[in-house]
Amino acid sequence: MINDIVSFLGENIEMIYILILSVFVGVEVIGKVPAVLHTPLMSGANAIHGVVIVGAIIVMLNTPVDNILALALGFVAVVLGTLNVVGGFAVTDRMLEMFKKK
Amino acid sequence: MEIKYVLDIVYLIGSVTFVIGLKMLSHPDTARRGNLFAAFGMALAIAGTILWYNHPDGFTSREPLKIILILVAIGIGTLAGWLTANRVQMTKMPELVSLFNGMGGACAALIGIMEYEHNIGKTGALATIIAGMIIGSVSFSGSIIAFLKLNETMKKPIRLPSYNILNTVVMVALIAFGIYIVYAQPEHMLLPILLFAAALVYGVLFVIPIGGADMPVVISLLNSFTGLAAAFGGFLYQNQVMLTGGILVGSAGTILTLAMCKAMNRPLSNVIFGAFGGGGAGAAGNDVKGSIKDISISDTAILMNYAKKVVIVPGYGLAVAQAQHVIHELETLLQDRGVDVEYAIHPVAGRMPGHMNVLLAESNVSYDKLVEMEEINPEFIKTDVVLVVGANDVVNPAAKTDPSSPIFGMPILDVENAQNVIVNKRSMNAGYAGIDNLLFYQPKTSMLFGDAKGVLTKLVSELKQM
Repeated sequence: MINDIVSFLGENIEMIYILILSVFVGVEVIGKVPAVLHTPLMSGANAIHGVVIVGAIIVMLNTPVDNILALALGFVAVVLGTLNVVGGFAVTDRMLEMFKKK
Repeated sequence: MEIKYVLDIVYLIGSVTFVIGLKMLSHPDTARRGNLFAAFGMALAIAGTILWYNHPDGFTSREPLKIILILVAIGIGTLAGWLTANRVQMTKMPELVSLFNGMGGACAALIGIMEYEHNIGKTGALATIIAGMIIGSVSFSGSIIAFLKLNETMKKPIRLPSYNILNTVVMVALIAFGIYIVYAQPEHMLLPILLFAAALVYGVLFVIPIGGADMPVVISLLNSFTGLAAAFGGFLYQNQVMLTGGILVGSAGTILTLAMCKAMNRPLSNVIFGAFGGGGAGAAGNDVKGSIKDISISDTAILMNYAKKVVIVPGYGLAVAQAQHVIHELETLLQDRGVDVEYAIHPVAGRMPGHMNVLLAESNVSYDKLVEMEEINPEFIKTDVVLVVGANDVVNPAAKTDPSSPIFGMPILDVENAQNVIVNKRSMNAGYAGIDNLLFYQPKTSMLFGDAKGVLTKLVSELKQM
């Protein structure tokens, strides 16, 4: 078990660097947001985690065409992921459109 | 030139657009472009994956059937997402964010279920799969409950007997079950599916005891959960854009959650484990009754017409009554007569931080008229008339004076410092947090009962005749 963990960390060391640095970037970037923008920001961030759709597409590409069940599940996952991405960005844009200076 | 490198570069561009997009989203002037910028990076990452992704161990076949299915799925999702986003009313925004968040969580959970079988024997990969699946499922079912609560289908918080202990036990059991699966690696899908179901149940248990007023904090927290689930996916596929996107949202979402808690002056643990937003909360203020004073619409009009400075305190009730446009009309009318008019925006006005700004911006209220709490509070002493419309808890002095009140410690708008306070309410019902408001019984306060839209419309026509 310990062996597995160490080799897993070792094999993924670059990803772990990215992970740790991204945590700090996320905190830094959001740090000083005025309360006015909290709702659009939450909504925009919500759209960004829709990037999980990339994983759903990868699963589908890796699935053999005769595995109907897996293809069906993958199909649902791609639909849900797209909803998250498109809905999220569209609704954020709609909100921000109204923030124009009058 | 290796195709893999092309995709790597596409992912690099995607990751950078996410960081810059989020950065631009934090400034009013650049926010809209920032959002579009991140959307562009996302489109690039999706297109790149469809075109160029290859399994690390070899070639990925692209049978037309698979590609067609993927494109059809994206088409359906785009159409549905676009239509919902453009048709929903601005007051329903928090529900919608919650719903879209749930979709992302469900997507992450499904990926986990599908990848499990392919990764038996690889402990590290299985651990990320199981973690992503648990977090994604919790985020999905939790978001659906949050959606139902915001949309008031589910009104009262549901508290099972000793729900805090129960929830903690279920959570520990869930984690132990997950670790067991990673360790034992059963080949049959029964246990992983059971784990998936258990995580869904936990998501429901996690959110049902929390009151409606705290849903924004919960959504923000679940938002960062989904981010984490996406990041686990990134780990599994060695996919940088999923990792950076997921972690960015995970950490940004956590900061946002804490910022919201800070605005309410309550620690996060108190939101999750505390009893607030209904239930037994009413007891505190009930015995402190005094007399309530009514005011007529024409008296209100006179008071405002001759005031030097009027501050409007809008709450969610204003939006529910669809009175944003009338209030803007009132504001411009007073402004034309030389009255200085401003809006006092509490950090949690509306159903989410910043929600009220969106709602007022929708009805063309100028940005610089919206003043945040810290800046407007010292101004109330110089204010002749405060008009509170559809707000309640954010102007409740019990937050400062009554340690037994559930909102004690939450910073509020100091409207009682103004010369006159006029409160428009439909009736004497308690606010969203379910507690009585001492402000209504103070001598300076007059109540203007009635539906916000109707009352304000009459007020505007009364003013026009003066």
